[in-house]
Amino acid sequence: MNSGGRNARIGSIAFNTFREAVRDRVLYNLIAFALLLSGAAILVGEISIDIERLVVVNLGLTAVSLFGVVIAIFIGIGLVSKEIDKRTLYTVLSRPVRRWEFVVGKFFGLTGTLVVNTFLMAVGVFLALLYVAHRFQKMDAWILVALYFIVLQFLIVCSLALFFSSFSTPLMSAVFSFALFVIGSLAEDLRGFARIMHGMEGWIATAVAYLVPNFSALNAIGPVAHGDAIPGRLILYNTVYALLYSTMTISGAVLIFQRRNLK
Amino acid sequence: MSGGRRVDLAAAAVLLFSMAGTVATLDRIDHMRRGTAAQDAIYVRSPKLLRRMSLGYTGLVADIYWTRAVQYFGEQHHAGSSDFHLLAPLLEITTELDPRILPAYEFGSNFLGPTPPNGAGQPQSALALMRYGIAHNPEQWRLYYNLGFLYYTEFKDYAGAASAFAQGAQVPGTNPFMPILAARMAQHAGEFDTARMLWSTTLQSTKDASIQENAIEHLLALQVDEAVTRLEQVVEKYRELAGHLPASMGDLERAGFIRGTQADPTGRPYKLMPDGRIEVNDPQSFPFITKGLPPGAEPPQPRPPAKKDSK
Repeated sequence: MNSGGRNARIGSIAFNTFREAVRDRVLYNLIAFALLLSGAAILVGEISIDIERLVVVNLGLTAVSLFGVVIAIFIGIGLVSKEIDKRTLYTVLSRPVRRWEFVVGKFFGLTGTLVVNTFLMAVGVFLALLYVAHRFQKMDAWILVALYFIVLQFLIVCSLALFFSSFSTPLMSAVFSFALFVIGSLAEDLRGFARIMHGMEGWIATAVAYLVPNFSALNAIGPVAHGDAIPGRLILYNTVYALLYSTMTISGAVLIFQRRNLK
Repeated sequence: MSGGRRVDLAAAAVLLFSMAGTVATLDRIDHMRRGTAAQDAIYVRSPKLLRRMSLGYTGLVADIYWTRAVQYFGEQHHAGSSDFHLLAPLLEITTELDPRILPAYEFGSNFLGPTPPNGAGQPQSALALMRYGIAHNPEQWRLYYNLGFLYYTEFKDYAGAASAFAQGAQVPGTNPFMPILAARMAQHAGEFDTARMLWSTTLQSTKDASIQENAIEHLLALQVDEAVTRLEQVVEKYRELAGHLPASMGDLERAGFIRGTQADPTGRPYKLMPDGRIEVNDPQSFPFITKGLPPGAEPPQPRPPAKKDSK
């Protein structure tokens, strides 16, 4: 099988995953997001002094992140099991589609859905910002970096949800993914704990601290809300880290899915 | 090799490569962001807001903030920085989220009080922290002890220290030294003995190895300070009697002022200098000594702890 055909198959699975997500009314969350943000933008001007920009950026970016994580987990965990339940997986795999292509295609499809979703939410954040501040400032450009980091977060969450769904039930996959998201958000503290532990416990803590995803460094909401710049090297390292971590998790999912008995 | 096996091998190789890559990248990110965890934390300065945001899990959030405070202090201290401006807010948030987190008061006041680089040089903040701790934990004798310690070491406020030790002496299950310390402070007597009693109480009442090590170093430093003071008094007496300074320790021994070699706790003999001062052979062996140093020399800095920061 040539690489052009392989890419076309992966692209086709990714596009179908995206189309299915849209058909499942996933993008309806945008309505809730728009209501939340416009409500906050209008209210904050009435009830607080001088923190309108801060509230809109904090609330907007937090909502983008949380909505996206919830979508990534709840769609990601069903990607494999739904196909098995509906028996559509057999139809797909009976064609010249290999299992790993199926997993990778699903990952790209889900990631694509979240990128589109994030883009639309980002437009909402900037509109709300314009409403409360009446004009954009130079420091608002850093919000784009925070949004980019959120997309990197989604890459990791999608890969984790897909990884767990390759061997576990949807419910347990959701629990595992969400737990890892929470633990990963405290990853820097976890490595801090590991640094002050000794002996075998120290080794185990260090191994766990490196194995769980590091979402702390990908959260730049606080700094950008205060107009702080994000160093270029951090953008580079975070990009490399998110790509490597999701590649690692997807490779694990491929290894498991290759062995999974689908009968 | 079958197609499935080839995919397995490729996936395993990619997995291992990416795993190694994530570890290396994470190290670089950590290196860049060292200390920013604490700074991020400070973006939310209001303990009340944090209490609401923690959805009732205030104990866990307080533990996280306490860990951040320790790491922040440890990293700044290790880097030789004298900037500890985030320490007080971190401790304030920690203790307001969980007013019963005793280590935050005990260690926290010792991080805040001393002058940089040994501490943040904010004794007033340390005092406020201890008072807040006592208000919320009046049954803890150690907090009164720490308050008295703070009054004594950072403010030289003997009345304040005596009052704190006396209050702590009333607490059920208190340390037997507390009433003695209160009396000594009230009399303002015997500087060396009082300091020795304080550090001995600290040594006996803690299980933390780093605090024990720190207390032992203070006790050794006191031993040196006391010996140097005594020897310099002897030298002065010799000068008064003989009309000139002794040329060596042998002169003092022959005159019957001392017996045998006068050595520091490591066994190295004290040096008699031509101007009559007494010096230790190796000042670096005794962090916290204030006497026996060459003229103009700063007291040696305590060794940075390997893993954990000490009192």
